[in-house]
Amino acid sequence: MVTRIRPAWLVGTVAEVTVETATARRIVLDVAGWPGNDAGSHLDVRLTAPDGYQATRSFSIASYGPSSRVVLAVDEVPNGEVSPYLVEELRVGDRVDVHGPLGAYFVWKPHGFGSTTGPVQLIGGGSGIVPLVAIAQAAADAGRMADFRLLSSVRSPNDQFFDAELTALSTEGLWIDRVYTRQIPDGWPVPAGRLTRETLSAAITNPAEIERSYVCGPTPFVEAVSSWLIELGHAPGTIRTERFGGAGPA
Amino acid sequence: MSFITRGFTGKGRERDPRLPPGQSLVEDWPVLSAGPTPDIDIADWSFTVRTETGQVHKWTWDELLALGVEDVTVDIHCVTHWTKLDMPWRGVSLDKIFENIETSGDFVMAHSYGGYTTNLALDELLDGQSWIATEADGEPLEPEHGGPARLLVPALYFWKSAKWLRGLVMMGDDSPGFWEQNGYHMHGDPWTEERYW
Repeated sequence: MVTRIRPAWLVGTVAEVTVETATARRIVLDVAGWPGNDAGSHLDVRLTAPDGYQATRSFSIASYGPSSRVVLAVDEVPNGEVSPYLVEELRVGDRVDVHGPLGAYFVWKPHGFGSTTGPVQLIGGGSGIVPLVAIAQAAADAGRMADFRLLSSVRSPNDQFFDAELTALSTEGLWIDRVYTRQIPDGWPVPAGRLTRETLSAAITNPAEIERSYVCGPTPFVEAVSSWLIELGHAPGTIRTERFGGAGPA
Repeated sequence: MSFITRGFTGKGRERDPRLPPGQSLVEDWPVLSAGPTPDIDIADWSFTVRTETGQVHKWTWDELLALGVEDVTVDIHCVTHWTKLDMPWRGVSLDKIFENIETSGDFVMAHSYGGYTTNLALDELLDGQSWIATEADGEPLEPEHGGPARLLVPALYFWKSAKWLRGLVMMGDDSPGFWEQNGYHMHGDPWTEERYW
């Protein structure tokens, strides 16, 4: 679909800002000249102050396809510089510089380079779900949802990004395992607690058959999950990771 | 070219002149890798250089350290917009590695345990410009940061400083490594923002 397109600095105009969670906003940008993007890719957002001071940060994209409408979900990093602006200040009609699409590795495509033919496991920690939503949607749209499973680990039900979209995908047949680390929904069968190797082992019963895993989340989450996957029999070369956080003030 | 973002004032006004354009200062040390962290025992570790004639030069862990370890303090710049200043490292200069290697190859493909690759020009590795680093911040290099040994090429974006280094292959012509095939620049100079192609 979208291959070898040279990313450029473009102007993104804010089309929508909606509440994603208590600390996060969903931001929809109309980017004139955006060439479309593969599921799982990211972009840079650059903000410029009146005196010319600039700050640039990378964000995963929750949408995919040929559209020039790009969906982000940004969680506010306390004492950050860019994310508090995007969460608290950004309004419809505002313009920001965006550069992308970026990244040709943590992506999934139905055909060609980056595609799969067998089972795929998606594992997201917190806002790490963002690129996985795009991948899951791409798989659904390609009629490949039966090959995919998604595991989402969040603090509480209220912290789930794209909850309605995930529920819709689940209704359509995507297998989703949900892990709540601090607070469970009413009637949830297991107590709140961090994702463990045992939970992962119970969720993925066919590790040797998984053609590819995509793991995205904060660094400690990705380090723990990817090492457990290997211990559970996943081939290291099948695991693609995207880490965030710890990247200083964002 | 860019325009003022309504309502944005920014925080860090005092910009250290050692920060390349588009970079922000960090105090911690973020981890970025494309895949899982490999588990490598130094007893099994070796480092090789293969030249264009097929000749292979090989060092065990102890042989590498015996070449002479030096302390360096450098700034590192990640393409994801963070920079860490004055970072203390310890490692073996690539000048020591290439002291007795004959090659006409102008380029190098660095290979890592785990399969990662990145391409570099030999000119930019020699004369005190790069090291095989075994310690950072006064401690043995953590696996997630590339331990037991990673390449350290501070003049280029940090994806060029291959983690979990296992060898170099000499090349006559420049050829893209892993990230270079996946959208990132062949060269990666932070001062001219050679981030993406």
